[in-house]
Amino acid sequence: MSLSRENAQSIDAPVRGPLIYRQSLATRLTHWTWAVCLFFLLLSGLQIFNAHPTLYIGNESGFGYDNAVLSMRAVDTENGPQGRTNILGHEFNTTGVFGLSGTAGDLDVRGFPAALTIPSYRDLGTGRVIHFFFAWLLVATLLIWLIASVFNGHLRRDLAPTRTDLKNLPRDVSEHVRFQFHHGRSYNVLQKLSYCAVFFILFPLIIATGLAMSPGMDAGFPWLLEIFGGRQTARTIHFVAMFLLVSFVAVHVLMVLAAGPFNELRSMITGWYRASPGTPESEGDKR
Amino acid sequence: MSKLILSRRRFLSAGAAGASSLVLAGCDNLDFLGADGGKARAILEKANDLTYHAQRLLVRDGALAPEYSETEIRQGQRPNGSTDPQSAEYLALKEKGFADYRLAITGLVERPKSYSLDELRNMPARTQITRHDCVEGWSCIAKWTGSQLSRILDETGVKPNARYVVFHCYDVYDESDPAAYYESCDLVDARHPQTILAYGLNGQSLPVANGAPIRVRLERALGYKQPKYVHTIELADSFSRFGLGKGGYWEDRGYDWYGGI
Repeated sequence: MSLSRENAQSIDAPVRGPLIYRQSLATRLTHWTWAVCLFFLLLSGLQIFNAHPTLYIGNESGFGYDNAVLSMRAVDTENGPQGRTNILGHEFNTTGVFGLSGTAGDLDVRGFPAALTIPSYRDLGTGRVIHFFFAWLLVATLLIWLIASVFNGHLRRDLAPTRTDLKNLPRDVSEHVRFQFHHGRSYNVLQKLSYCAVFFILFPLIIATGLAMSPGMDAGFPWLLEIFGGRQTARTIHFVAMFLLVSFVAVHVLMVLAAGPFNELRSMITGWYRASPGTPESEGDKR
Repeated sequence: MSKLILSRRRFLSAGAAGASSLVLAGCDNLDFLGADGGKARAILEKANDLTYHAQRLLVRDGALAPEYSETEIRQGQRPNGSTDPQSAEYLALKEKGFADYRLAITGLVERPKSYSLDELRNMPARTQITRHDCVEGWSCIAKWTGSQLSRILDETGVKPNARYVVFHCYDVYDESDPAAYYESCDLVDARHPQTILAYGLNGQSLPVANGAPIRVRLERALGYKQPKYVHTIELADSFSRFGLGKGGYWEDRGYDWYGGI
């Protein structure tokens, strides 16, 4: 009886790795709160951007001179109105998406299209209400996560890249390129580096540039303007950081799908994660 | 165990389907968040109170907005909102170069008073080169000259129960919605050294497009908090009886009252 059971396990072992408790409750709750926050922040942010869909470098916006780096607008041409996007002096026809969008009979002059803004119609006041609510929620959640992650060891154990991690970087890159994933006890080095970049570069950057746009904060903390090179530069950096965060989320979701959405989602909902076969077991694991 | 996994699997796929439909359905479904008087909006608006109190706590009452140098004035001040009021009263004043203009200080003050433009110009002036930030997102640097509001409040005396300064204006922003522009701020902003009643812009008399004869500069707030064409300054203990009761023309139309962010 016991022999057959041992046999069963030894046959099982190479097929399934251990089920490990990988994500703490704090990590899971904060993760999903951020997902909701970023969704609303993005779409209300694009509503706010649409009130003046031009980005500049410096303290002010050039109306009597040109210091714009990105603009979306509509122009009248021989072939009717066109949406145009200008990036660093390069002009693109973006009719239907940026500058001019809507249905054929009802074209609307607007930066981002209705499907990408909250509210769908033009309403800067409401966009700001939504944006600042979720900005506060994001910052509060980040603080809770940071404190929890220092105390539960998440930061040191799972996020800080080790010397071995960095040595494994080339191998990890080549595995990711081939969509081969090793499901370990902790994150792989590319995960660690990208999560660190989000938490310790992009989030602080987008929060600080957001605050630098506040005339009230600028009075109390003028260095906010100095480190970013002016309020309009801060607004441009805020937008670029948004774009990088959106890119991160896109790759993040793609990686979840490629690495096995069931196992990945389960770990971020229940905490339990099925590691790759051959992962050494430790106390607290399940089979 | 297998039953549990199955139910988990079902839970996960239902959750994923729900999340993706939220995204795919577009944002029309979320337009209810903007509904004025809605419960959702009332909760979201609490964040604006938090911002106001947090900034009052973090930023010293007298902290100055950054001031710039002459060389940083590279263009005229961009006019926005109302740029040419059409009320009969205003047109009559404009015709005479605002010689008959009086700025009234009323409400919860010890000594109600009114000032002619010359009287305001003869008070000690403050000139400041500051950045005007519009709620739309753009900024413009200009040099403003005017009398400090704090000096006027000292002259008229503020009653102890006054909490807000309300600015009443000549302009109607939207003829189809004929409500006169008004604004309000707390006494911290009203007494701030950079809060001036401006009559000069970039070394010249304030042009009509920028708010002649008098506009408020409230340098730690956005443009809509800095009303143009001001005729009366009223001290009040609440702003509920003005306009639609939210403290300003744009506040009545969904914008936040603090306006410092």
